[in-house]
Amino acid sequence: MRRNRIPQSFKILGALLLFLAIVLMLDNVPGIPVMLLIVLRKGAIYALVAVSMNLLNGFTGLFSLGQAGFMLLGAYTYAILTIPVENQALVYQRYPNGGIGFSVTESLGRVLGQPGLLLGVIICLILGGIVAGLFAYLIGLPVLKLKSDYLAIATLGFAEIIRAVVQYEKLGPITNGSNLLSNFTSFSNFHLGSLRLDTVMPFIFAGFCIWIVILIINSTYGRAFKAIRDDEIAAEAMGINLAKHKRMSFIISSFFAGVSGALLAMYQASIQATIFKAAMTYEILLIVVLGGIGSISGSVIAAFLFVGSSEWWLRFLDNTTVLPSFSAKLLLAIIFAAVVVGVVSLVAYKQNKAQKSHSETGGRHRKLLALKPSGVITIIVGILVLLGDLLFLLSPGLKLPLLRSGFRMVVFSIVIMMVVLFFSRGLMGDRELPDLFRTGHRKR
Amino acid sequence: MSENVLKVENVTMQFGGVVAVDNMNLEVNAGEIVSLIGPNGAGKTTAFNVITGVYPPTNGVVYFEGQKIVENYPHGKMRKLYKGENNGAYTHAIEPTPDKITRMGVARTFQNIRLWSSQTVFENILIAKHCRVTAGLLSATFRMNKLEERRQREECDELLRILGLEKVRDELATSLPYGQQRRVEIARALATQPKLLLLDEPAAGMNPQETQELTAFVGRIRTDFKLTVLIIEHHMDLVMDISDRIYVLDFGKLIASGTPANVQNDQRVIDAYLGVSEDA
Repeated sequence: MRRNRIPQSFKILGALLLFLAIVLMLDNVPGIPVMLLIVLRKGAIYALVAVSMNLLNGFTGLFSLGQAGFMLLGAYTYAILTIPVENQALVYQRYPNGGIGFSVTESLGRVLGQPGLLLGVIICLILGGIVAGLFAYLIGLPVLKLKSDYLAIATLGFAEIIRAVVQYEKLGPITNGSNLLSNFTSFSNFHLGSLRLDTVMPFIFAGFCIWIVILIINSTYGRAFKAIRDDEIAAEAMGINLAKHKRMSFIISSFFAGVSGALLAMYQASIQATIFKAAMTYEILLIVVLGGIGSISGSVIAAFLFVGSSEWWLRFLDNTTVLPSFSAKLLLAIIFAAVVVGVVSLVAYKQNKAQKSHSETGGRHRKLLALKPSGVITIIVGILVLLGDLLFLLSPGLKLPLLRSGFRMVVFSIVIMMVVLFFSRGLMGDRELPDLFRTGHRKR
Repeated sequence: MSENVLKVENVTMQFGGVVAVDNMNLEVNAGEIVSLIGPNGAGKTTAFNVITGVYPPTNGVVYFEGQKIVENYPHGKMRKLYKGENNGAYTHAIEPTPDKITRMGVARTFQNIRLWSSQTVFENILIAKHCRVTAGLLSATFRMNKLEERRQREECDELLRILGLEKVRDELATSLPYGQQRRVEIARALATQPKLLLLDEPAAGMNPQETQELTAFVGRIRTDFKLTVLIIEHHMDLVMDISDRIYVLDFGKLIASGTPANVQNDQRVIDAYLGVSEDA
């Protein structure tokens, strides 16, 4: 036993506190790009919902697409419970006497001040999760008997139904129909002295929830989930109650989806049922797949990368841009050409080497370049792109071609396709971050 | 008469119009190794699946340690279709799921190995212990079950040591050679702390030497773990070597039973395995 060493858990705690301090600083130092803060906030929330989906899809092997529906339930539960009483008339304009007539956060905040407000938020976040979990239990009774694609369709249908029901006129006095819910307690209601907590809070809440999911996955129940994923028949024969464990996983996953929905409501400061469309579930599925099915750290990393590129880094592709001078145009064209030539020659070089060493034993064929079809296509595409670059250089005017509203999504989709092609099991596969730094990692 | 660990009484399993197991009666006494043999398609695996709760039988009862664990009678669609005997002898339906039967103390292996592919040997065995976990989800999540968890891990290591698998403890289960995967599967079944072990063709795909090792292995675990064993097998040397008694199944019907010597000389068994010539 080495007694002098600092325990592992203290190191982790220290690193976490340092990280939170940095996030807190980013929030309060002037001059930090606001986009960075938005990406961090939304990324943390998306990380949680991706992790919750991964628990179900990646660790229990249940392909469910109901995530947006459970987020909606959590978001609406949270919002309805926390709109201050004096604002309810304003929010429920179209429904006289709308609203529930009390507000959990307001009541607690009045008695206990800021800590009471925080307590109220925590209670309502948990209630949001519980409502989502309750619906998961009910919907799980019939639906969890289904397998793979059929389960996906059933849960997708459930999410759509929930969205429609919430917008139903008759429920208006509670859900405000298809109108916005707003004015409820959000991250900006919290201050530590004069420090803003807008970015730290989603990190703390989402981080805490992800930590619990990690604990579950590494517990005996998590191991049972993985057994169900790997072989359901063997799992049942080894005494694992399939119905119970699937239901458990479904409810836990939905609970955290509900909490993340509530966090999303807090982040946006207003919420409307229309944003929780199937497209949102697909975004989350995309994050899970890109990060690696069965990897928590993969989901977290992919969540930030996804939010970063969809909200921030690729934004410039949507704006028409005019270059300041011809020399700038020349420089850009040359850099672009260099990058294209670099990438193409790298691909050609690697394939050539691989193919040559492969055909060395066969002898006879001595070609200048030995390429697979994909390499040939890369070269052809590269030449076409270079021609395009030349045309751009020769064309009059300083406007950048292609950049216009909508181009961002084209590039984004291409990037995603490339990631999937080159990392067919996602960025992390089913490994976790610590596995990457371990030397003697498990054999595959 | 010694106490029955397993008693199968008048079990018939009919799929649509096909009778896979026809009025089977079988008894396994405590501490015995009993083999169930028969040509391909005789209904051996179906019988296993009935005993382990994979399907409810169409008619009949299964007792485990004197307790009814499975019972069924022809009802619903089967009421008209039923072709077997003893119609009306039973009036209840007890259809537990396989996990429940495993928790009662019946564990099995599979004809085609079904190890959890993404898990190591140790994890495979540890997961099998999950059915004996008493901690709830919350206490397991927040690690309030440390004692139980540590005890289970120690038991798994002990099991690996006894079965000579400690060298491959941290290998991926499916990366092992075939013979060892079989052993891991048996180890996994043992981890559920069974009283009755069902082995479905444990020597399938093994060479003579591996088969011999397996024979010794099964004999050893029977005494070490105070087990009763029921085996489905095709390798006659293994069956004759190891069994206390043998049941022979052909076209779903039991055609013979008794000690290995008796069964070997039974004319019906020889006919079933070798076929009867036309002019006999």
